[in-house]
Amino acid sequence: MRRLLDVLREDCGLTAIKEGCGEGECGACAILIDGRVVDSCILPVGAAQGREIETLESIRETARGRLIVDGLSRGGGVQCGFCTPGIAVTIEALLRENPNPSEYEIRDGISGNLCRCTGYQQIVEGVLYTAAETRERSR
Amino acid sequence: MRHKITREVERVDARIKSRGELPYLADYEFEDRLYARVVRSRVARGTITARNTPALPEHYHYITADDIPPEGKNCVRMIQDDWPAFAEHEVRYYGEPLGLLVGPDRDTLAQLVEQFESAVEYREHEAAVTIDEGLALKGGPVHGSDNLFADLHTRKGDPEGALKRSARVIEREFRTAYQEHVYIEPQALVGTRENGMVTIYISTQCPFYVRKAVSTALGLPPDDVAVVQTATGGGFGGKENYPDVVAVPVAIAVAKIDRPIELILDRMEDLKYTSKRHPSRVRYRVGLDETERIIAVDVDMVLEAGAYESSSRVVLQRGMFSSNSVYEFPNVHVRGRAVATNNVPSDAFRGFGAPQGLFAAEMLMTQIARVIGLDELTLKQQHLLKQGSPTLTNGRIYEEVKLPEMLEHVRRVSGYDHKRAAYGLGLGRGIGISLFKHGSAFTGNGEQEIIKARVRIRKRADGRPELLVANVEIGQGVLTTFRKIVAEVLDIPYSEVVYDNHNTSQIPDSGPTCASRSVAIVGYLLQEAAKKLKGRLHEPGEFEVEQVYEHPAHLHWDAESLNGDAYPSYAWGVNCVEVEVDRVTYEVNVVGVWTAYDVGRAIDEGVIRGQIIGGAIQGLGYAGLEKLENARGRFLQHTMADYCIPTSLDYPNVDYALFDNPYPYGPFGAKGAGEVVFDGIAPAFGSAVQQAIGCEIAQLPLTPEYISERVHGTDRTVHTQRKTHTAEPQPVASSP
Ligand code: FES
Ligand code: FES
Repeated sequence: MRRLLDVLREDCGLTAIKEGCGEGECGACAILIDGRVVDSCILPVGAAQGREIETLESIRETARGRLIVDGLSRGGGVQCGFCTPGIAVTIEALLRENPNPSEYEIRDGISGNLCRCTGYQQIVEGVLYTAAETRERSR
Repeated sequence: MRHKITREVERVDARIKSRGELPYLADYEFEDRLYARVVRSRVARGTITARNTPALPEHYHYITADDIPPEGKNCVRMIQDDWPAFAEHEVRYYGEPLGLLVGPDRDTLAQLVEQFESAVEYREHEAAVTIDEGLALKGGPVHGSDNLFADLHTRKGDPEGALKRSARVIEREFRTAYQEHVYIEPQALVGTRENGMVTIYISTQCPFYVRKAVSTALGLPPDDVAVVQTATGGGFGGKENYPDVVAVPVAIAVAKIDRPIELILDRMEDLKYTSKRHPSRVRYRVGLDETERIIAVDVDMVLEAGAYESSSRVVLQRGMFSSNSVYEFPNVHVRGRAVATNNVPSDAFRGFGAPQGLFAAEMLMTQIARVIGLDELTLKQQHLLKQGSPTLTNGRIYEEVKLPEMLEHVRRVSGYDHKRAAYGLGLGRGIGISLFKHGSAFTGNGEQEIIKARVRIRKRADGRPELLVANVEIGQGVLTTFRKIVAEVLDIPYSEVVYDNHNTSQIPDSGPTCASRSVAIVGYLLQEAAKKLKGRLHEPGEFEVEQVYEHPAHLHWDAESLNGDAYPSYAWGVNCVEVEVDRVTYEVNVVGVWTAYDVGRAIDEGVIRGQIIGGAIQGLGYAGLEKLENARGRFLQHTMADYCIPTSLDYPNVDYALFDNPYPYGPFGAKGAGEVVFDGIAPAFGSAVQQAIGCEIAQLPLTPEYISERVHGTDRTVHTQRKTHTAEPQPVASSP
């Protein structure tokens, strides 16, 4: 059976999803299934049957999605950018669950996403910014 | 006061990347695209006795050396032409390409690869896979008669005489292992024909390298091949030469089949078969006089180059020139050898030989200090290079050396002095400091003789300046910094500057994106070109200004004797790492990282901060985490689950400080910054671990197994000899 990753990228044209490893290790292919982060490269398409899929393509158009993009962009959370879409999706899931995460909770939350460029620190700072702005705006 | 160019701006590519809207190679659509997979050797060394090529299903092709046009050449041209595109009779490493399967369906291709690879018969030969085996010519020489791609010497003063005069001679040996780049986007390209030209879309650092390799293999004039760099998901040196290795077979296939052909390595292939950082063995004999000053240093550096030369000669030079770190010793001899083995050729990786040389040199200094009962930093300060000092290649340090104030700063913010005293020796806690430098740009006369960079700026009809350069964005921020440099000269917003043409047919060759040269060399050319454009943006129509590299007149270099100014300028760094070592498991926990850099002047503080933090974390991976073992020519770790790179949980935040020291031949005073940020982490980590465990360490990576061996091994003595006067290299007392 085809991988969910291939169906989403090739049939649906959702190319914000990246393939970094194809073995469930890097998180570049992260999507949300029923609100939970999943690596789409290790999922056969059948496993998504009847479940809600969200990708960065929809997340980035929401209010918080825009703030996630803001947070990553302002402070240097993006370098080569190949890991970034998967990280943005993971941040969305993290903030849904925990709108006010500590630095450690952020590091823990994104630990399934590998980034070889940034060293993560500026991503973490970006998430702190996004979380604070989201809370501020929803007051 | 900070120059205003240093002020951080938002990177031009940040939003499009974080919205997932920037296409990488795999995201492009090509009509009628076929896919390719490489058929590889399954032995590390052997003679092919029978290919037994299986039958192909319809619509599939098998491309081999036989398909290279008669005017072409079976090689991947880098510095030499020794690396074949496809092995014909002999294979020199496990995974060496034998052919390329091309066809419409990827699953079918995967099955065919299996069939094709298992059908080949070999007469296997004994493989040499380590430095020692390469030097011992195990199985007979892989290359030439001595297995050496390079055997170089550089000499200053009278090292032999000074060693004889020495009151004390100290010997040490250090070894470092492989490191894999793990750019998150694997090697990827599509070859096609556009406007009659073979055209390569590729994830690369060096589009003109790809063009050179492809045109040579096909026997075409370079101008008849176009290379378009696509957004590149990380490089770190891994996309400097290796893209040529994947591009040439695809180009040969395109020339024959005339359809777009895509080759994207899957992660396992990428980990198993692409180039790694050179493993090293560095031996020192150091002579001290009666006052315990270092008067002679004899260095024997060997890098494991793999089966073909690739860039090993140049990596070796940078390694050799880093082997004295930031110290001035009056009498120095450095021998450097790049030894052939039956492994995939080692190649560029951030630092390019310097991390190996600096690790050895900095650890050496800590160990000498311990032998003579002196504080590490005191010994280092006694020998520090300063403005006007001769370098080990008899060149000069022209710039002001700010290391003393940088060191002062790092000691203060890290609490080094207090912690170093309080933690004692061997009690599980440690803190270490490294000092280091990294020469910007190509070694010696490379910029002048080999690269001869050329840039142009086009004044477009709409009044906007457009940058025409070959340097590319690989995550390091050059799309932003180049725009800022030109915008600052022209006094316009940086968003006004156009910089989006990465097609070799339409841009001049300003050289590769590597060697900490993009901003330092090409950025300067852009600054100078922009000056010619100043006040002319309102002129009607379209025109171009050009700037060509000129070597600063005060620099001289003799490539034969490796004498003179090895680099036009240096970036300088001080790193401090604090660790705790678990006294049961020997796991090392990094609790603090403090850094200070002189990169001339930062073109953008945000970009530099990104380099510093990213470089530090990658450096910590190299120092303690990333273990890549090779058994009989095969890498044992070949999934990302086995080869671990740092995650967000592994290391703490990195503190940094920048010390302005504008360089007259850099744009707004900038020097290179992409590699210096990697170079010094491992020795700072090493020094901290030595304090925590109370014994010397001599290798990278410092895995828990190795540390445990050091702690429990019998070999904890301090190795020193008094008055050894033999000219022959001494057996090294301490080996891991
Ligand atoms: S591509 Fe799916 S986890 Fe790496
Ligand atoms: S930005 Fe390059 S891998 Fe994360």
